[in-house]
Amino acid sequence: MPVATTNKMTGAKMVMEAFKEERVEVVFGYPGGAVLFIYDEIYKQNYFNHILTRHEQAALHAADGYARASGKVGVAIITSGPGFTNAVTGIATAYTDSVPLVVISGQVPITQIGTDAFQEIDAVGISRPCTKHNYLVKNIKELPRILKEAFYIARSGRPGPVLIDLPKDISATLGEFDYPKDIRLVTYKPTMKGNARQITKLKDAINDSKKPLFYIGGGAVISNAYSEIRELIKLTNIPAIETLMARGICGDTNPLFFGMAGMHGSYASNMAISECDLLISLGARFDDRITGKLSEFAKNAKIAHIDIDPSSISKIVNANYPIVGDLKNVIKELLNILGDYDKTKTKKWLETLESYKKKHHFCYQDSDKILKPQWVIEKIAQMTDANAIISTDVGQHQMWVAQFYKFMQPREFLTSGGLGTMGFGLPAAIGAKIAQKKKYSINISGDGSIMMNIQELITCIQSGIPVINVILNNNYLGMVRQWQTFFYEKRYSNVDLTCQPNFVKLVESFGGIGFEVKTKKEFEKALKEAMNSNKVSLLDVKIDRMESVFPMVPSGGAIYNMMLN
Amino acid sequence: MKKRRIISVTVLNEHSVLSRISGLFAGRGYNIESLTVAPLQNSELSRITIVTSGDEKVFEQIVKQLHKLIPVLSVIEDEDLIEKETILAKIPIDQSISDIDALCKAYNGGIANANDKYIILTITDNPNRIDCFIKAIKQFKPKEIIRSGVIAIEQH
Repeated sequence: MPVATTNKMTGAKMVMEAFKEERVEVVFGYPGGAVLFIYDEIYKQNYFNHILTRHEQAALHAADGYARASGKVGVAIITSGPGFTNAVTGIATAYTDSVPLVVISGQVPITQIGTDAFQEIDAVGISRPCTKHNYLVKNIKELPRILKEAFYIARSGRPGPVLIDLPKDISATLGEFDYPKDIRLVTYKPTMKGNARQITKLKDAINDSKKPLFYIGGGAVISNAYSEIRELIKLTNIPAIETLMARGICGDTNPLFFGMAGMHGSYASNMAISECDLLISLGARFDDRITGKLSEFAKNAKIAHIDIDPSSISKIVNANYPIVGDLKNVIKELLNILGDYDKTKTKKWLETLESYKKKHHFCYQDSDKILKPQWVIEKIAQMTDANAIISTDVGQHQMWVAQFYKFMQPREFLTSGGLGTMGFGLPAAIGAKIAQKKKYSINISGDGSIMMNIQELITCIQSGIPVINVILNNNYLGMVRQWQTFFYEKRYSNVDLTCQPNFVKLVESFGGIGFEVKTKKEFEKALKEAMNSNKVSLLDVKIDRMESVFPMVPSGGAIYNMMLN
Repeated sequence: MKKRRIISVTVLNEHSVLSRISGLFAGRGYNIESLTVAPLQNSELSRITIVTSGDEKVFEQIVKQLHKLIPVLSVIEDEDLIEKETILAKIPIDQSISDIDALCKAYNGGIANANDKYIILTITDNPNRIDCFIKAIKQFKPKEIIRSGVIAIEQH
């Protein structure tokens, strides 16, 4: 006689089982009172690795870096109250850049919710504006469905973080674990396929255009559309530019690529936007750092906008050819119907852009006396042979990386584009290294940014993650200082960082290796040692203090009015 | 040009769904003139009626952003709507009851209750007529007027 079986288990165990079903490889987190049952189950399981960070914000950024580098869903677990509030910056960073995350936060027991209990906070309320969706689990019966939905919502459509706030008593309650095979969300059905008639209209517009331009955004990375985009560019001979979030899509040596656009974009790309007659946005959302003064943005052009998120279309710039759908699908469809496109049509337009490229390209005054940050970045690209994932924090160093590193593939550049989060780089590099073990994971940071999550060096040591940290150290909050130089008559208010730790001793105290670098020779030697060490390392690179990022479009100015040097 | 608009949103009855809707308006700086909400009969859905104002671009964003929320089933932006609003008003008992009753009847309402101090009256009508009623009832020195917000249904 068959023995009756039951799949009753605690809520905490259900979380483990759901992770197994979703093939989660790694979880980043930090334990606490409200997630003790979950961490007890983590101790018992052997499906995934758990990386213990030293701050909840870093757990989120690490999960985010893993997701960006792998294309999979990143997972983080944090406790209630301060654990959750510490994580909010990481959640918001992922939300702004559409990164798929599932975040489990502990919550006080259901019976204590609303009583101002110890470590109680309204996590669902706080995270509402910065999550794609969030749940408070009030009944163990709902938990399997919620877990399934969370992964589905996080990765589908326009991806984003999904929070599950799990009260402690629910994580200890027994229930049936019937993990749904299918999703039955009647209210959530992202549009994957573009409207055929609209795509045909876009094809006709491309055929009629004399100066078309592809404007590629982060959606191209998310949709994994880069091979289709390269094919489209090649087939049509239409020039292309990228946003910060799309770096690597075209491949920087592609002759039809004219650089990153925007506030610190290339002269050629900003002039291309200003002079084109058809601007085709492929997953870009017209951020104010790109558009500059809106009334002057692409004012000679018809706008085509392909985006999976209908609310992005015509939000900032009115689209003449709006297409809602997954970018990869839409481009495939466009390629099918383009037919015998006359690729010689863009010859003159390309010549014009080529002349702009020659006239003003990214350049700097190199020196043998003092290290230039641009030289350092070029050297990193050269020495790693582009076999690296570069993460950054936010500031001058971020823009120099975007300008001077040769990105050849997507998912090689991890940066907080939308929210501009300092402290992102090191933990994101931890996640990236786990996702792409064969590549070097290099965090290029500033001396201001690195301090925001420097404690994560110990996470690297404990978990054996050899991240290379290159600090471009100018003893300043460099970008703020640059703005104060140009727009606040050199009133350098609170940007001086000459009081610093000894970064070399600091990384050594964590158990890593450190180098103080003042010359080109020292840099090459240090980077080589760091690359060969298989340990966490930090290069404190003393750069020219007053170096600025150029070109620069003053905030709110027209993008064709660039300060070139 | 700013215009008054009515949006009817059908949502799943789940935890904090109303705050998701109102939070969207607050977070993005959209205006809410009135908001009414109640469960729909025999279902797990609720209907939220929002009166808002803005130009075409703002209105388009409101509709798109509402669609983006996971528990939102539908967003109705039909202009051919029947809309109704209810008010309850408290009038001192020393006023002319017959005059008040006549006024209420003219606005599809009546006296709901009376006690030793106040007459409580109610009317349900479209918002423009409600405005008129409020002006008219002022002569009877109302102690308190409570306005419900709009509910609306599409005509077809």
